[in-house]
Amino acid sequence: MSTLHTVNKSPFATQALVSCLNHARSGDAVLMIEDGVYGGLGGTGLTEIMEEFGKNVSLYVLSPDLAARGLDPKRLIAGVEGVDYAGFVDLVAKHDRTQSWL
Amino acid sequence: MSDVKKFLYVNRRAPYGTIYALESLEVVLIGAAFEQDVALAFLDDGVFQLTKGQNTDGIGMKNFSPTFRALGDYDVQKLFVERESLEERGLSEDDLIEVVYEDEDDDWEEKPAIRVISRAEMADAMADADVVLSF
Amino acid sequence: MKIGVLVSEGPYTHQAVDSAYKFVTAAIAAGHEVPRVFFYHDGVNVASRLSVPPQDERHIQQNWSALAKEHNVDLVVCIAAAQRRGMLDANEAERQGKDANNIAEGFRISGLGQLIEMGIQTDRLVTFGD
Repeated sequence: MSTLHTVNKSPFATQALVSCLNHARSGDAVLMIEDGVYGGLGGTGLTEIMEEFGKNVSLYVLSPDLAARGLDPKRLIAGVEGVDYAGFVDLVAKHDRTQSWL
Repeated sequence: MSDVKKFLYVNRRAPYGTIYALESLEVVLIGAAFEQDVALAFLDDGVFQLTKGQNTDGIGMKNFSPTFRALGDYDVQKLFVERESLEERGLSEDDLIEVVYEDEDDDWEEKPAIRVISRAEMADAMADADVVLSF
Repeated sequence: MKIGVLVSEGPYTHQAVDSAYKFVTAAIAAGHEVPRVFFYHDGVNVASRLSVPPQDERHIQQNWSALAKEHNVDLVVCIAAAQRRGMLDANEAERQGKDANNIAEGFRISGLGQLIEMGIQTDRLVTFGD
């Protein structure tokens, strides 16, 4: 049993991503969408924490949202995977429930 | 099909500054009629929804905190409040309203519906739900 | 799989409505069923038939109405949230003594019970909000 968590806000604007990661369990997935994709960027004040959490939880960004914001996938933290909307749907189906951190 | 599912209503926002707290409560009340297994989770700023002594006269909005107290009548027995969220905000359980329900399996004894739990226990409660509604 | 979707924000102001739309179309393309999309909080404003966005921008309401028609998706607008925000269908307008109604084709006004029912009857429920 596992959960797909979605986060749509920038972690520099609100605590939603950090709160999500603090409640995610081993085997869960976190998908950053909309402004949430900024959380996937390397070289930020959050990168270390993200790398730590990334050991237990699969981290994803929604690629179209990354592209919209002019962010090169090469700038993502190692291990953060880009998915498209079809991939988003697959993640929803794969995990037992979806929880949105608004 | 009349499966009973575990519904978890997640509240992470303070009351009055936005409508999410009020409108999520409205879902809980309507949802009671469907006789599912319901729990409410309060974490992050959501813990502020349960503070005592809310007086909204000065802001011209309806004080809806009394509605939480009525939840017991709607067979809602689990209001999980996250301890770390309380502590981060300088709150303790004493700052919260009392919500009770009558336990039909225990001679209708009145019991507290609010359960202050740890972050780890909250994560467990979330992982236990079939349907998570976030407001 | 049956996937239910909750839309909690209004059109244009938040990306939530667009994300939901892209998600639903992708889910249907992948062969899943999206029997219902429930609009709550400011999400009820998606149903306005009076929206006239600039010509070169997506027409959010029309996109949803077309989606409903093409794929038989039940677009439900919460009555309590709708009343607060001035979204009324013809019946409601008459009931409330208002001289206009504004719900677009493909959307229907109903109660919160439809959201709970959606949670019970689907395999997955995804929320798009802010």
